Amino acid sequence: MAQTDSLITTDVSVTDRERTSRPDETVVRADGLEVHYGEERALTDVDIDIPERKVTAIIGPSGCGKSTFLRCVNRMNDQIDTCRIDGDLSFHGKNVYDDDVDPVALRRKIGMVFQKPNPFPKSIRDNVAYGLRVQGKTDDVDARVRQALEGAALWEEVEGQLDSSGLDLSGGQQQRLCIARAIAPDPEVLLMDEPTSALDPVAAAKIEDLIADLAREYTVIIVTHNMQQAARISDKTAVFLTGGELVEFDDTATIFEDPDDQRVEDYITGRFG
Amino acid sequence: MSTDTSPDPGITAEVADADRRRNRRVRRLLFGCTSITVLTTIAIFAVLFDNAFQFFTDERFHQWLIGMAADLTLYFPEQRVGLLEFFTDTEWRPSHADDPRFGIIPLAAGTLLVTIGAAFVSIPIGTATALYLSEYATPGTRKYLKPTLEVLAGIPTIVYGFFALTFITPVIVGPLGALFGISVGRFSALSGSIVVGIMTIPMVASISEDAMSSVPDELRNGAYALGASKYRVSLSVVLPASISGVMASYILAVSRAIGETMAVLLAAGYSANLTGNPFDEIMTMTAYMVDATRSTMTVGSVEFQSLFAVGLALFCMTLTANLVNDYVKRRYREVYR
Repeated sequence: MAQTDSLITTDVSVTDRERTSRPDETVVRADGLEVHYGEERALTDVDIDIPERKVTAIIGPSGCGKSTFLRCVNRMNDQIDTCRIDGDLSFHGKNVYDDDVDPVALRRKIGMVFQKPNPFPKSIRDNVAYGLRVQGKTDDVDARVRQALEGAALWEEVEGQLDSSGLDLSGGQQQRLCIARAIAPDPEVLLMDEPTSALDPVAAAKIEDLIADLAREYTVIIVTHNMQQAARISDKTAVFLTGGELVEFDDTATIFEDPDDQRVEDYITGRFG
Repeated sequence: MSTDTSPDPGITAEVADADRRRNRRVRRLLFGCTSITVLTTIAIFAVLFDNAFQFFTDERFHQWLIGMAADLTLYFPEQRVGLLEFFTDTEWRPSHADDPRFGIIPLAAGTLLVTIGAAFVSIPIGTATALYLSEYATPGTRKYLKPTLEVLAGIPTIVYGFFALTFITPVIVGPLGALFGISVGRFSALSGSIVVGIMTIPMVASISEDAMSSVPDELRNGAYALGASKYRVSLSVVLPASISGVMASYILAVSRAIGETMAVLLAAGYSANLTGNPFDEIMTMTAYMVDATRSTMTVGSVEFQSLFAVGLALFCMTLTANLVNDYVKRRYREVYR
């Protein structure tokens, strides 16, 4: 399998074959995924097929395992000593928890944007170029930086001040800078962990517009507390409920208009959680 | 609701008065304690300056001021040791019978040699230790290592002096000198550098580690999520983000090295040679002061007053280091939300 091979090498150039694959192909699949933090169970037997180049929203009440699921995809949970993972979580058919998978190589394929904007205390240019340098893509850095900033709808606002600190930007601009930083190395999947929850409504709206554009090129998985946001921007929605159980996963329209599960309907109409 | 009595919901001045008085007393007490520190600093500086003035002229600064005020004429007192001589003469031999010389250069050079040498030891090792403790060590390891480091900081400096005398000089510096064909005596600038360097490692490591640990995890996660490996996160994110604290630790260590006395005395010696050779015996400014106070000197003699001149010069050097420290802290402070 050529695709799985590319996952474990450090050469992470995205091939044309991957870019032209059929849009409905599954990129990330969980199969009986269970996560424990020490004795506490955070995810219970999760099965999900996340399609390529769509926006998949993950919603649910606090502590339902939304972020835990997201962090399993790029193995950010590795940082937590007490975290134990059972079951399968595959990226293009390769289980990311196999022994021969290098999390560093995996993260070069799967970018992430966090809840709180977290630019490095470096210039705007160096922030965006950081991933490029880490991944050895040192040719055409300026062009790639510009492309990423354009992709994150930030270029016009920072064009003249690429050398000033990323910390001098407003919160919304910082978050778009973080998006630019994540897409600069051209990953396949973009994980977003409540990317607008720390922003004011205007800045949040800009990010929402941006997410729709991003889905043309990337598979976007977004965790959100905001159900209206999930309804507005996502193609598919997964609803997790307390106990880390994936209760329902379907087209967003179906989830919000005609869910199968009574608990999902209760949650969406505000009677639960 | 009755209308014949005025309302009293307990918000009048009488109610609050006692509390306000107690507040005032506490504020005065705290201010008093704070003033002790400030006044001591001012007093020390005044005594140093007053006496150093007598080293260069024939009278104390305050006597000169009073004299000037008395006859209202501006006069310059007779010079004993010229400022020019003090700052440019390359020899320091205050107790020489026929031709005493007071050039601070050999002493200042000795201090700088030891300080710079110590920085070459403490900065790399201290920074590496801090990175290890903050980024690599497991919580269990750190739990034991950090207190050990702090024990190192608590060892009396005289003990470091013995350590230099009985270990660093004969076991490390001696053979190293032999390698270059130099026979090393009981004291050498290099031994002083090494021992002061070792002494200041805990300071660099501990303060830098605090700065690195307070870098928010969000920054580290941001870098990990981009596929950065641990060493890259440490060097390209954590270190730059904590640079103001790390720089502060360097400057504090340098400042400590400038003022260090006992260990340097036992390691580097007390012979005021102007030399760049690290295997030579030298004399630092502090070492001179210890050495001079042991000898018999008349209070008020040039030799005695030279103590204060050297002390004042030392004070100015450490003060400069502290000012640089303040500037660096302000200049490189990063604001995280």
